[in-house]
Amino acid sequence: MATQRVVIDPITRIEGHLRIELETSGGRITDAWASATQFRGIETILKGRDPRDAWALAQRICGVCTGIHAIASVRAVEDALDYPIPRQAELIRSLVTAMGIVQDHVMHFYHLHALDWVDVKSALAADPQAAARLAASVSPWPSNSAAWFREVQQRVGASVSGGQLGIFAGSYWGHPAYRLPPEANLLALAHYLEALQWQREIIRLHTIFGGKNPHPNFLVGGMACSINLDNQLGINAVRLDELTGLIGRARRFVEEVYYPDVLAIAGFYREYAAIGISSPTLMAVGESAFSCAGTPVAGEVRAGVLADGNYEELRPFEPAKIAEFVTSSWYAYPEGDKAGRHPWRGETVPRYTGPRPPYGQISDNVKYTWVKAPRYDGRAVQVGPNARMLVACAQGHKDATRLVDDALAGLGAGREALNSTLGRTLCRAVESVLLCNRMDEWFRQFQERIHAGDTATFNPDKWDPATWPKSAQGVGFTEAARGTLSHWVEIENGRITRYQCVVPSTWNSSGRDASGQPGPFEHALAHRGHHPLLEPGRPLEVLRTIHSFDPCQSCAVHLLDPAGGTIGTVSVS
Amino acid sequence: MAPLLDDPWTGTESFFDYLTRRGVSRREFLGFCGRLAVLVGAGLAATGPPAAAAREIARRLGSAQRPNVVWLQLQECTGCLESALRSGSTPVDELLLELISLDYNELLMTASGSEANSLLAEAAQKPHLLIVNGSVPLKSHGAYCTIGGESAEAVLKRAAQNATAIIAVGACATYGSIQAASPNPTGAVGVDDVISGRPVVNIGGCPPIAEVITATIGYYLAYGHTPRLDDEGRPLFAYGQRIHDKCPRRANFDAGQFAERFDDEGARKGYCLYQLGCKGPATFAPCPTLEWNLGQSFPIKAGHPCLGCTEEQFFDRMTPFYQRVPDIPLPGIGVESSANVLGAAAVAASTGGVAIHAAATVIARQRKRRSTPESLPLAVLGETGAERPTEKRDKSG
Repeated sequence: MATQRVVIDPITRIEGHLRIELETSGGRITDAWASATQFRGIETILKGRDPRDAWALAQRICGVCTGIHAIASVRAVEDALDYPIPRQAELIRSLVTAMGIVQDHVMHFYHLHALDWVDVKSALAADPQAAARLAASVSPWPSNSAAWFREVQQRVGASVSGGQLGIFAGSYWGHPAYRLPPEANLLALAHYLEALQWQREIIRLHTIFGGKNPHPNFLVGGMACSINLDNQLGINAVRLDELTGLIGRARRFVEEVYYPDVLAIAGFYREYAAIGISSPTLMAVGESAFSCAGTPVAGEVRAGVLADGNYEELRPFEPAKIAEFVTSSWYAYPEGDKAGRHPWRGETVPRYTGPRPPYGQISDNVKYTWVKAPRYDGRAVQVGPNARMLVACAQGHKDATRLVDDALAGLGAGREALNSTLGRTLCRAVESVLLCNRMDEWFRQFQERIHAGDTATFNPDKWDPATWPKSAQGVGFTEAARGTLSHWVEIENGRITRYQCVVPSTWNSSGRDASGQPGPFEHALAHRGHHPLLEPGRPLEVLRTIHSFDPCQSCAVHLLDPAGGTIGTVSVS
Repeated sequence: MAPLLDDPWTGTESFFDYLTRRGVSRREFLGFCGRLAVLVGAGLAATGPPAAAAREIARRLGSAQRPNVVWLQLQECTGCLESALRSGSTPVDELLLELISLDYNELLMTASGSEANSLLAEAAQKPHLLIVNGSVPLKSHGAYCTIGGESAEAVLKRAAQNATAIIAVGACATYGSIQAASPNPTGAVGVDDVISGRPVVNIGGCPPIAEVITATIGYYLAYGHTPRLDDEGRPLFAYGQRIHDKCPRRANFDAGQFAERFDDEGARKGYCLYQLGCKGPATFAPCPTLEWNLGQSFPIKAGHPCLGCTEEQFFDRMTPFYQRVPDIPLPGIGVESSANVLGAAAVAASTGGVAIHAAATVIARQRKRRSTPESLPLAVLGETGAERPTEKRDKSG
């Protein structure tokens, strides 16, 4: 059977710029290449700056997972300076992270992923009464009424009926891979619109603690938002009351809309529990919203690696086993492309060898992406919600195990199904429920400590650079929405001399390494030639699998700058 | 197909008639226009009281066509679009379904790959409003940001050709922001540097406040031209005044009450953050008046100094972030000698060559004609106390 080459660029409904090239034959994908097509050089820009400023620059790596790069950054600097922070500041950072991830997961599902599963045209033809009955069978959410569903139909219908299709133009309406009945399509479309309203409400937790969102403010040494219950500014009685409301609203939407929707939709797409199976090694440094200065220590969930498809035996996470390859990336190592480098030895010299734009295909070249290929102990690694859930289950975490097994039972699948297109999507919903529980717990602790008189949010001891060692090195680990994130910093004489980020989407969207091993996106699409692609011109199935990773390509592409390195080859004008 | 679809909006009737048929009452429509009028109040000052302004917007919106919009994302982090999604004045669902036809946007559109590229090609040929997030990397023939195999520069130029107006949203689209911070490895520039001879509205900020983005779009939809702009192409309704002039901690500044370090007694009492590095005195932005995220708060109110993110090259000119803006006369204290020590030269030198964009003369030239600051001179920006900046030429004119 003839092999067809397919280029999908841009992949839309993601963060950043991603290109997928494929070979397909007989409705199946036989090979795949993932190419990140944007590069910014933020680590180079960080060099020479005040380490207390680093979070603000590093944060601009991404405005979707906004905040998390800032937290990894202040953690790395605090590790370097051996700078403890008050417990209240830790709790605030955890709350900000958790709310950010919950918002991110919900928006990913409705606004970036849902149209892969939901046929809008079918939703417009649905019976609103039937949709209301379906909704009532899965959730008590009060706005799930026939009247609301009818209004959604009218609004969307009127919007597209004049021939101006807007964001729905070029949709894959009527594609045979759509399976939902009309009323389920309508339910999801209504919640797409409701989620737009909800996300702007609940994110105000960031605004209360960090002043704004996207890109809330953080602080080396703690948080800048002082607690004073009796003052009109800052964290006072009004703010605590608002926070209670926001956390409650987040939880209710997750439990009554997002989680039931994901489960209901998953029920119609069970075959995707065996499609998009990716790299069999998965890794997490703890629960999401967990962050630490230095090498991860035991927390609610401890760090670990599940290697080679064995999801029961948790191996300890050893940061020394990380190495990054540039075999398929537009960078050069002095010793060539065969060996990887640990982040502390990380060296990156951008050397674009691809065709001059505009170009047609790039996967014929050995180098085809701006993303490096991080490997753990030589293995390509999946990171993200499914890795976190599997790592938590492998150590018998009670809540995670119960929720994961409940969700899987509904689909008649085992834990291995979490390594699939459907599994990754399912894990985001499960994790959101868990995180809402954690937010309740952290906020309770936060309030109890205030009640007991603990209101410090900042430790002034090492703010003054005069207190810093002449040279220092630190790493901050955290679990971002999309997986394990670490920032690595070196400081000399009060200035940054090296700054490196190893980012979730770098792990997931990486290209081939020196041994030809594909990255997780590529693996999920091409492994064993199973992945379906019915109509190469309408690559709906590919979008499902790529979106299941929630790609964040601005995060994925970075520039590791060697100490005293050869970065000078980048011309400075 | 639902029966409703038998009665489509064809684009030949007025927008208000279209809304009416969709079940939007005149009262609801005017309510929306009223919110818009409050937000763009500065730009409507000449047209009378808010209610009259709202009616005027209603009249114009009511007869408008639903315009085609191309919203590009170039070299950036998606934070600006995330911000727009949080808007409380024009909810984004209203924007997408009723106010505009978003013909191309990579974050939200359904189609990918070749279908997406066809949609862009088609939309670019028709008259449209072009909104841009992100910068344009000019080095290496544009290989640092490509979309559909084309350089960001080529994509932008093609999309701009038939655009009736161009709005650059956010610091990256305005001048390059983080990518353009020294040493600007990819040669990142703003939209204005690529598209010449055309007015570009610049919505400053990293990111801008959501309502400023949607209000600028709403204003354009209502009036068919851009709001009045300052010399950097920024709408006066949002960037006409300094944060310092409207700051809730201003009374503490005037009384000489300062937080000396984070979370000290002064910080807990809500005192001024100037000593901690606040750039409010040098930053033109609507943060204290509009506030962020449905009016919840803004950085200074929440305890962190302003980073000055609406100002050009703030990653170079406003850093180190925790260093004081120099030469501000402090009430009750007078001009601190230490403030002079930490002057523009120190700011420029402090990052070891990083602050190459901070050449005081360049900044002074850019800032000389800044509109209507109420009081303090921007010594750090080369202004003197005697100078009373006047309003600038209207770039939209």
